[in-house]
Amino acid sequence: MDVGDVPQEGNRTMGGHRRAMYARDVDGRIVIVPSRGGEVDETVTLQALDLIREMTEAAKARVLAGESSPLEYWMYAQRLDLPQLSQVTGFWQWRIRRHFKPERFAMLSADILLRYADVMGITVGQLMKLP
Amino acid sequence: MNMLVESFQHRHAAHCESGVASSMLSHHGAKISEAMAFGLSSAMAFAYLPFVKFAGFPLIAFRMPPKAILRGMVKPFKMRFHFETFRDQIKGMARLDEMLAQGRIVGIQTSAFWLPYFPADMRFHFNAHNLIVFGKEGNDYLISDPVAEDPQRCDAENLRKARFATGLMAPKGLLYYPEEIGQKTVTPAAVLRAIRKTVRIMLGPVPIVGVRGIHMVANRVGKLDSADKLSLNYVGHIVRMQEEIGTGGAGFRFLYAAFLQEAADITGRQELKVLAERLNEIGDGWREFALKAVRMIKGREPFAPSRLAAMLHTQAEHEGEFFRALKKAVA
Repeated sequence: MDVGDVPQEGNRTMGGHRRAMYARDVDGRIVIVPSRGGEVDETVTLQALDLIREMTEAAKARVLAGESSPLEYWMYAQRLDLPQLSQVTGFWQWRIRRHFKPERFAMLSADILLRYADVMGITVGQLMKLP
Repeated sequence: MNMLVESFQHRHAAHCESGVASSMLSHHGAKISEAMAFGLSSAMAFAYLPFVKFAGFPLIAFRMPPKAILRGMVKPFKMRFHFETFRDQIKGMARLDEMLAQGRIVGIQTSAFWLPYFPADMRFHFNAHNLIVFGKEGNDYLISDPVAEDPQRCDAENLRKARFATGLMAPKGLLYYPEEIGQKTVTPAAVLRAIRKTVRIMLGPVPIVGVRGIHMVANRVGKLDSADKLSLNYVGHIVRMQEEIGTGGAGFRFLYAAFLQEAADITGRQELKVLAERLNEIGDGWREFALKAVRMIKGREPFAPSRLAAMLHTQAEHEGEFFRALKKAVA
C-alpha cells in the first residue's frame, strides 16, 4: 500500500480517532501514516454491531412477552453472548439460561444480581428491568 | 497525588502490544521501532482456531497469541521483565501507584470494554489490550495507549475494572516493566533468528496454522451457504479480524514489510528489501479480498463464496512462495 492509498474517507465507528497504518512513501520506505478509516472497516464493524442490535431487540421482545428476563436483554445490550457471559461471571451456561426464566430471575439473590451487574457495567437497578 | 514520568514519549502504533514493547524499550534506552519489536518477536503468523469462538465465530488470528511480543523481547535484548498479577484488586492498584511514584512507566493488560476513551462502537469485551501508564493526576491515570494518536486519561475506577475484567485471557491486574536490559542494540543474529522462526511457523505442518491455515479458511469460506444470512456475517467477521481487531491481516503484513526493510539494513542482506516489496503486495492482496467481501456484504455484487475462497487460496499461495523465498534469504 502506498501512502496515498491509506483510507482517509472516514469511519464513523472510530469516533474521530485515527489509527496508525503502514504504507510505502515516495522513497519506497514503509512509514507510519494515521488513517481516518474507510468504508471497508466501517462496514464490517457496523455489520457486527447490527447483528448484536438484532439479538438485543429480539431479546427485548421476549422480555416484553414475558418469555425471558431482562438479564438476556442486558447480556446482548452490553455486547456479550451466552458463552462470554459464562466466562466473565464464572457461572455455567445452563445456570445462566435458567436465570433467563422470569420467575427464576425474580428469585435471584442480591449477590448473583450484583455479579451480573458488575461484569456488564450497570447497576442492579438497571439489570432488573428494561431501559 | 500527582505523578508524571516526564521523559516518557507517547508513540502512535498499529498494534497495542508491539507499540507498548517499542515505547517501553525505547524509554529504557533500547531505541526500537514498532516494526522491529513486531519482527524481532516473530509475531507475524496466521492461525485459524475453529474451536475458539469470538462472538459466535471462529478466531482467525493474523499474529501470535497475546504476550508473545513482550516475551519475544527478552532474548534479543538480554532483558529481565517483571510480570506481576494480583488476586487483590486494591493491592493491584496500590502497586501501580507505587511504581509510578518510583518514576517508572508501567505496562498493563486491560479489557477494552472498560476504557472510557475508546469510541463506543469499538468497546468490545477483549481482554488482551496492552497500554502504558506514565502518570497520575488526581483521580486520573495518564495513559499511553499505542493505538490512540495522543495520550489519554482513565479514571481509577474504570482502570481497575479494565485491569480486573474476567473471562477469556483475563488480565488479573497484570502489570510489567523491564528490570534490566543487558543489550541496547539489535544484533544481526537476533534478526535472522527471528525471521527463521516466522518462516518455520508460516510453513509449518499444522493444518490450522500458517499458509496451511489460510487454505483451510479458504475451504471453509468456499462451503458457505450463500442463502444463509449469517454467511455474510461470517465473511464480515473474517474481514473484521483482518482489518479491525489489532489492525489484522493486511496491517500486519505491511508492518512486517517495514521490519524487513530495517532487517535488510541491520543484516546487510539487501534481498530482504526486495522481499519487503513482495510482502507489501501480498498485503494489498488482503486488502483486495476485504474490498471484495465488503462489496458482497453491501449487495453491490452477488454473494459468491467460491469467488472469495479462490482469492484466499491465491493469498495462501503467494504467502507460501514468499516465505519459501524468505527462508532462502536468511539461510
